[in-house]
Amino acid sequence: MLTVSTGNKAVAMAVRQAKPAVVAAYPITPQTEIVESIADYVTAKELSTRYIAVESEHSAMAACIGASATGVRTFTATSSHGLLYMHEMTNFAAGARLPIVMANVNRSLGPGWNIWAEHTDAMQERDTGWLQVYVATVQEAYDATLMAFRIAEHNDVLLPVMINLDGFLLSHIMQPLDTTDPGDFIPPIHLPHAIDVSNPKGYGGLTGPEEHFKFKWDIERSMRDSVKVIEETQAEFSRRFGRKYGFTEDYWCEDADVVILSLGTFGKESEVAVDNLRREGIRAGSMRVRWFRPFPHLDLKGRDVVVLDRDYSFGFGGVLAKSIEAKNKVDIYSVIAGLGGQEVTYDDIAGFVKQRRMGEESWFGVSGNV
Amino acid sequence: MLKAAGPDSVLVVPACCTSVIQGIYPNTAMNIPVYNVAFATAAASASGMSAAFRAMGKKTNVICYAGDGGTLDIGIQALSGALERGTDFLYICYDNEAYGNTGMQRSGGTPLGARTTTTPGGKTDLKKDIDAIVAAHEPPYQATACAAYPQDLYKKVQKALSFRGPTFIHVLAPCPPGWRYPTEKSVEMGKLAVKSGMWILYEREYGKLTISAPSKAAIRKPVPLEEYLAPQGRFKGIDAKSLDTLKQRIEKNLKRFAAEEAGVC
Ligand SMILES: Cc1ncc(C[n+]2csc(CCOP(=O)(O)OP(=O)(O)O)c2C)c(N)n1
Ligand SMILES: [Mg+2]
Repeated sequence: MLTVSTGNKAVAMAVRQAKPAVVAAYPITPQTEIVESIADYVTAKELSTRYIAVESEHSAMAACIGASATGVRTFTATSSHGLLYMHEMTNFAAGARLPIVMANVNRSLGPGWNIWAEHTDAMQERDTGWLQVYVATVQEAYDATLMAFRIAEHNDVLLPVMINLDGFLLSHIMQPLDTTDPGDFIPPIHLPHAIDVSNPKGYGGLTGPEEHFKFKWDIERSMRDSVKVIEETQAEFSRRFGRKYGFTEDYWCEDADVVILSLGTFGKESEVAVDNLRREGIRAGSMRVRWFRPFPHLDLKGRDVVVLDRDYSFGFGGVLAKSIEAKNKVDIYSVIAGLGGQEVTYDDIAGFVKQRRMGEESWFGVSGNV
Repeated sequence: MLKAAGPDSVLVVPACCTSVIQGIYPNTAMNIPVYNVAFATAAASASGMSAAFRAMGKKTNVICYAGDGGTLDIGIQALSGALERGTDFLYICYDNEAYGNTGMQRSGGTPLGARTTTTPGGKTDLKKDIDAIVAAHEPPYQATACAAYPQDLYKKVQKALSFRGPTFIHVLAPCPPGWRYPTEKSVEMGKLAVKSGMWILYEREYGKLTISAPSKAAIRKPVPLEEYLAPQGRFKGIDAKSLDTLKQRIEKNLKRFAAEEAGVC
């Protein structure tokens, strides 16, 4: 059905289609609309989910873990400080191999309080064993949420998935949305290690170094296996519903001399910047990284690479820029921009491309000449 | 409250409406230091601050000013720890009975039957009795207050700060957009909460209970609960069972407090 929706509402509507048995959630700006919408669906009996209005995010993730351990589908949503308050439990969810799906509405971290878009929250979760996808449109928020359940619950994966959408820039804007009925696209969940009183087992007890090591390797092995599952799921999605998704979204990359790499809504601004640059005769392209974990293979050889980071690892650099540098032999101009909701337009992005200083890092509006 | 506390005081504020109303950087509306801390941490942050001031030989008042969510829900662990350790501080919980900052979601302080954005059909659980939980920690002084009775609040803040060790004041704070009544009725709402017995004003000094003057009338004869609920949009369409439960609990509470004060229990 064609409608108009915010990014938050799109996530909530996709969750309504996926029918989790348990949702445990806690409010935080700019995510709150997701959990409020789900509460509405449950109250209106449009969704027969047990909705647990927990007392903190630590408890939200802990409740999802308890529910998921019994083998049912679970969902939560959070943002910023809420995600960080969950951090102990996000490690638990991945370590316990529970296919929990979570929407994270990217927002900066205090102090001081700031509610606007930044990716630093999700970046601090990057080593936990969660799969991470970053979306850029309302439709993509909906589609990625549906796919997240299928990918997380696939028995070759069994790892939690985080869908990231930019605070306000996507969570609160309205775009057309096709609320496709997924039909049987998401198969029924089957958790092989679900709690079963007829086959009692101990879970998460004291584990020696050798076994611990093997469990960690097993997470990495599944992370690698998830590449194929993501590809298959996205291919099947496009077969059924016609909308195509890859590990990256490439725009005019084939013949580009310079490629802009980014996450989330920056990608859409970059596409406009590319159009304008091409009009000026500059062969630019945009490559929006969708999946950040597992980190994709990127084809960047022989081009100038401009990386936009809406995040930072202090004492090191922009997380996306450093990740690309670690995996590819390319020359990078690293731009740190948009922290705490700083406005960055497509003209600004075109400016980064034109004034690029390869091998350097620049903080937009603070250091350097952009 | 700040007047009663005086200039040698520091406010510790977790995420809540007060994070916003104090003004936007680089401005602040307060004349004393305001330290904004993470949502769950008011009492723990204050523990560190109080210990440091005392270590320096300073008497500076350390005052937490936190909402019901930051106190009854996410902050309860830190609060319990600070009370149990005998931390020298005053904890004020201003209770607007929901998460105001994020747009009125239910909290542990939301009363039964009240509609919030996460309980669109009315809350099905009771309001958490944080005062009984605090009392179980046996702080030297604790009190309830209401924004509609400022003199009573003023005296209680002054008194609380005269004690050493942890003190706690729970203030009912009517919230026009959240409770859905016209702003000019805020004082009236606060008074009706007290007159109907939904909210009882009292002090507890070393465990001994004294019911405060404004609540004495309610103990004798409360006004009908409907007078308090009717003007508030959040209670619109409250089901008969919830209404009945609320009434029964008011009756029980008023009796319980009267009996305790009279020393009959
Ligand atoms: C860990 C964490 N979770 C959630 C939030 C979002 N948040 C900020 S204030 C608030 C509600 C505060 O409610 P309350 O304590 O009752 O104070 P009020 O806003 O009503 O004054 C929430 C959920 C946050 N800042 N940090
Ligand atoms: Mg509140």
